Amino acid sequence: MRLPAQTAGAPKAAAAPTAAPVTGASAAPHGGIEDRIARFATIWGRAIFPVTATSLTRTEFERHLLPLTRRLTEALHARPFDASVAQQVGAELVAVHCTDPEALAGTLGVIESYLVLYCGPDGPEGSGVEGTEEYRSRCARLQHAIAAGYARALRERTLREQEAIARSALTARTDAQQALHASEERFRAVFEGAAVGIGIADLDGNVLEVNDTLLQMFGGLEGHVRSRNVSEWGHPDDTPHVWRMYGELVRGERESYRVEKPYYRHDGTVLWTNLTVSLLRDADGTPQYQLALMEDTTERRLLNLRLRYEATHDALTGLPNRTLFFERLEKALGGAGGDRYGLCYLDLDGFKAVNDSLGHSAGDRLLVEVADRLQSCATGPGEVVARLGGDEFVALTTGSDTEQKVTDLAIRILTALSTPIRLEGRELTVRGSIGIVEGRAKERTPAEVLRSADITMYRAKAAGGNRFEFADAEADARAITRHGLTNALPAALERGEFFIEYQPLVHMRDGSVHGAEALVRWSHPQYGVLGPDRFIPLAERTGLIVPLGRWVLEEAVRQARIWQRQHGGSALRINVNLSPTQLHHPGLVADTVAVLEKSGLAPGALCLEVTESALIGADDELLEPLRRLAALGVDIALDDFGTGYSNLANLRRLPVSVLKLDRSFTQGMQQQPANPVDVKIVEGIVALAHSLELAVTVEGVETGAQAAQLRALGCDTAQGWYYARPGAPDRIHTLSLSDAVPTPS
Amino acid sequence: MERPAWAPPGIDISVPSVSRIYDYYLGGSHNFEVDRQTARRAMEFMPGLPKIMQANRAFMRRAVRHAVAEGVTQFLDIGSGIPTFGNVHEIARAATPQARVVYVDHDPVAVAHSRAVLTGDEHTDIVAADLRRPKEILAAPEVGRLLDLGRPVALLLVAVLHFLEDTDDPYAAVAELRDALAPGSLLILTHASYEGIPLPEEVAGGTVSVYRDIRNPLVMRTGEQIRGFFDGFELLEPGLVSMPDWRPDRAEDGADAESPEDPYAFSGFGGVGRKA
Repeated sequence: MRLPAQTAGAPKAAAAPTAAPVTGASAAPHGGIEDRIARFATIWGRAIFPVTATSLTRTEFERHLLPLTRRLTEALHARPFDASVAQQVGAELVAVHCTDPEALAGTLGVIESYLVLYCGPDGPEGSGVEGTEEYRSRCARLQHAIAAGYARALRERTLREQEAIARSALTARTDAQQALHASEERFRAVFEGAAVGIGIADLDGNVLEVNDTLLQMFGGLEGHVRSRNVSEWGHPDDTPHVWRMYGELVRGERESYRVEKPYYRHDGTVLWTNLTVSLLRDADGTPQYQLALMEDTTERRLLNLRLRYEATHDALTGLPNRTLFFERLEKALGGAGGDRYGLCYLDLDGFKAVNDSLGHSAGDRLLVEVADRLQSCATGPGEVVARLGGDEFVALTTGSDTEQKVTDLAIRILTALSTPIRLEGRELTVRGSIGIVEGRAKERTPAEVLRSADITMYRAKAAGGNRFEFADAEADARAITRHGLTNALPAALERGEFFIEYQPLVHMRDGSVHGAEALVRWSHPQYGVLGPDRFIPLAERTGLIVPLGRWVLEEAVRQARIWQRQHGGSALRINVNLSPTQLHHPGLVADTVAVLEKSGLAPGALCLEVTESALIGADDELLEPLRRLAALGVDIALDDFGTGYSNLANLRRLPVSVLKLDRSFTQGMQQQPANPVDVKIVEGIVALAHSLELAVTVEGVETGAQAAQLRALGCDTAQGWYYARPGAPDRIHTLSLSDAVPTPS
Repeated sequence: MERPAWAPPGIDISVPSVSRIYDYYLGGSHNFEVDRQTARRAMEFMPGLPKIMQANRAFMRRAVRHAVAEGVTQFLDIGSGIPTFGNVHEIARAATPQARVVYVDHDPVAVAHSRAVLTGDEHTDIVAADLRRPKEILAAPEVGRLLDLGRPVALLLVAVLHFLEDTDDPYAAVAELRDALAPGSLLILTHASYEGIPLPEEVAGGTVSVYRDIRNPLVMRTGEQIRGFFDGFELLEPGLVSMPDWRPDRAEDGADAESPEDPYAFSGFGGVGRKA
């Protein structure tokens, strides 16, 4: 059951349905004194419980009131009467948290109405008029004392609590101040000790505080930083959005921004920073300050610039390198449609000789001097010189009228080089070959332009050097084919695109087959069958000639062995060409021996053909391998004899057993009658050869008349279309069976 | 910029404090005129506010005794406010001398006062921390010293969660505390609500606006929403009910079992849950 709050009034409480069984206001309750004391406490409790703040239940609360009731009862009866004990009862009420004055009013009301009735005299001896008056008087005085005791206790408690809370507030404030102080100390330590520069400014840009790190970044002068305004720190390299974002921040439209920003130090040098600016707001969110954090990136930036410079410049000469040049060229080629460019590709003539004879450091100094001279040639706007590597340089000019400009540039370069360079106390004349490419932007890629310039430079070099040539499409195409073949060679060997044709060698004496020369062919997937003149020089240049030559030797020797078996042991011989590079290769003897042993062919059945020009000026070192091969029984033939102005006296020194006369001598004998001079020369050579015990082979025999003439002159063996064209290995078989029935073509 | 955890808030006693207002409702004098002004303004809308606070205290008393009866003798009282009378450690200590209590409040004055009151009590301490950051509470050295989180703890959130707005994510805070407690731990919780107030919501709302004015918004939640705080707890009988209806004490003599209660005491909800 819920009732409205009862603020006071013992009679009401007494009248409550659950109240103790009070029979009437005027009638004394029955029962013993203890029972009546308990009933009084119940009435009391019920009267004031609703206005207390206690967390006790009402029953527990009433139990608290029991001793108080007992004390009041004793005071009521005590002789002599002493009202002051009731003061403690008032104080006790405050102690059990009856701090609401209504509790006092309720208490006094209950005592007034019920104390004498329940706890007064219970016998007739005390119920007289005087007795009753006496108890009424005592009861009133007890009430006065309770009120005084209550008021005093409440006042003391209130003062005590007020003091306690005030002290607590003070303590809390002190604690907070100490904590704040500590936190400020910590902040100050962070501020002062930070490796980043920290600055605080108001929203008008006035610098309020900066840390030492920031001060040092700016050069260490206080006046340059403190008491200044942020807006004074503009720099021409500021990105435009820096100050737009600054404006947004101080207006409170942006919380922070982060930029890379340069500043002037007081000495005019530039400080580069990574700058983070944040807006500081107060507790209400109103913008108050701006906080700047700066990291000094000057060193890092310099390092980056330096790294960028190093990555784009040649360390030796300081000229832009290939990377940077490609960037420039790309830019020039990507320019507007009307723009033109002109490019000089320079390669020094004979630089290798300088390096080889004077050493690399002299070579380097030469390159530095050349670079300086080139640099001085490219002074026009948009002109740039770069070193691509080695002794290769490029110069680029752009704009309009580049045909004239690039021609002038090439002439200036050749002129600049024409003055001798002093090096190691001697004067060196350096010359160069220049390939020029000139054209319109947007037509070719940088790589295409450079390749064309490179090809053209080689053309200038081939034409004798110390000159420039302009690129032309046809020459480029030829060179590009050569280039393509060179690149395709290694794969071609791996894929087995090479094959060998054999051209029979015939005994002039009786027309019997003596052997065959192995001639390598390339079955190119795109260009068809290519002769050795198309690719052997390329293989020579790239070094592929060594594996290719070995393959030819193996293949030819293997084939010779097959013929021998098929031919019943008859000594068919095999001639294999050796290129100059192979001749120099240290594995020549070992490789040859290994091939022979593997196949089982007798060394005497192999003839290695070496061109006369390869042996011109040959020293003993070069001849040694050939001597060793000859000692094993391998024949060495001197190929293309008569074209290389060889010292005839030298022939004696050479480990050679055969001379192959160049076809140019036999050509004069195709006509009838034969050219008498040629006849005399051949006659002389044959005589010389035979006197040195050398056999003579003639090449290019195409007619019966030629054959007859050469036989008459004493030549030993011959080859040529008159006998047989080069062909597949089985053709030799047929030929040798019929013993060289001439097959005129 | 948010205030870092180690920087204390300023102490401004010209600003009313909910813990001192609470003390005033309970007849105490641990308060200042600003607090009393606010309390009186709130009571203009809800004259029975002190009775609600008294019901809170009475509920807490019964719940703490119940916890001890269940064998739980460790207490973590968050939002403990100004110690007046009938504090958790007094109630618990009366029931068992082993009781250990850690009070937590974010009001620095309440903390300072608690520290003064608790000086010399080795089994009770006070932590200055905020319910919004349970990690700081759980990491407090006082908690580590006095409470064994490996054993059940009674977590008291009495008349405090209604000061956390939804943006403070009070459910996550309670869940984080729950996860740190051992199985068998108790959640003792009371919460303000329009449900049970013997006034129309428009009138009672005046009180809410008074608290909003002092920047301590009072968030009235529905019974259903309040039940949500017990996620992960099993509600003990009689469940989430008006505070006086939660296990009322019976008089020993059997008589007078029903005390006439003030209707305001039935405002809001109280309940006790046990972690599974």
